[in-house]
Amino acid sequence: MELLNIAVKAIFVENILLAYFLGMCSFLACSKKVDTAIGLGVAVVFVLTITVPVNWCIYTFLLKPGALSWVPGIDLAEMDLSFLTFICFIATIASMVQLVEMILDKFFPKLYHALGIFLPLITVNCAILGASLFMVEREYGILPSTVFGFTSGIGWLLAIASMAAIRKKLRYSHLPNGLKGLGITMIMTGLMAMAFMCFSGIPLEDKPKTPKVEETGASTETTEVAN
Amino acid sequence: MGAAKKLLMDPFSDNNPVTVQVLGICSALAVTVKVDTAIVMTLALTAVVTLSNVVISLLRNIIPSGIRMIVEMAVIASLVIIADQLLRAFLFDISKQLSVFVGLIITNCIVMGRAEAFALQNPPKASMLDGLGNGLGYGIVLIAVASIREILGFGKWLGFPVLPENYMGNGLALLAPGAFIILGLLIWLQRTITKQVEE
Repeated sequence: MELLNIAVKAIFVENILLAYFLGMCSFLACSKKVDTAIGLGVAVVFVLTITVPVNWCIYTFLLKPGALSWVPGIDLAEMDLSFLTFICFIATIASMVQLVEMILDKFFPKLYHALGIFLPLITVNCAILGASLFMVEREYGILPSTVFGFTSGIGWLLAIASMAAIRKKLRYSHLPNGLKGLGITMIMTGLMAMAFMCFSGIPLEDKPKTPKVEETGASTETTEVAN
Repeated sequence: MGAAKKLLMDPFSDNNPVTVQVLGICSALAVTVKVDTAIVMTLALTAVVTLSNVVISLLRNIIPSGIRMIVEMAVIASLVIIADQLLRAFLFDISKQLSVFVGLIITNCIVMGRAEAFALQNPPKASMLDGLGNGLGYGIVLIAVASIREILGFGKWLGFPVLPENYMGNGLALLAPGAFIILGLLIWLQRTITKQVEE
């Protein structure tokens, strides 16, 4: 249930692009055609799903204050390496992208050629680093952070794919000269963000349920059904 | 002198990093709810882009071209860590409000773009001016968007009330859609003045 909440939140309510403005640069640059937009979106989903859990492991076992206390022999419990977070995360992302590129090239050459130039570009996509930093800030566990990574990617894919579809139509519309291109794209994104905001009306439970409460909830439900 | 002035002033309008080159949009929207966060962000980014331009320009002849991206990343990330630690030490409240966006200066395309496009080919002094100009050009847009949003949203500017007290405040300006639309309109205005057309 908690995982579902994270998923709905990451895709619709707090869409990483439309609510936090992350990954705008590639969103604006690559949303001219639907196929390239979808290709880039898929690559982002892929990389996010891998990097967020990997970064979680690095943060939890190496960087967090007191994270090094598992090292036997020396007393490192006081160690706080969290100031290294940024540089470690960006290094992880860069190497993960490289790794994904190599694996795709070896085993799925078709997908690799379809993604083309977009894979290396993902390293500098703010959405990837942003999702990892949000994961740290919100103190997710390993499973929630994996779900969060995956669904943030899906949210981004949804946004860029629909924007590409809208821009295709925009090509045939008459606009004032100054508004062509970037200007109207920003305004369209604003309208899209407004539409996505409507999802915030969905009541999501804030408190994570403890198993006990869930059990009683389930039993009352069954009794109700029985009645 | 003319060349130096051009380097410094060009990014303000004719070659503005946000509205013309379309770089660094992410943070331009996220930190502009209030003017004070926008100013702090501008200072942080200007410092990072200026210093990274200088460092990369000094190193430009010894960086092997095959790994230049990684070297640039390492330089930028180290500078951002310093900026983040300084903000945490001296401006803790604002640093909390900026949350992840200080870290995201690393992936801000302006920093990387200037390093790649300018600092790798030019001597340190010119690179410094270019970095400074681009940082401030970014800052102008940031502060303009933040001013509009804060005035419309809270009726205040930098914390001082500027609209009559019975002004209700427009919530939309504070939310994400408001930011997108305001920046879109600013781009329209700027491009109408400079007569730039994108096909």
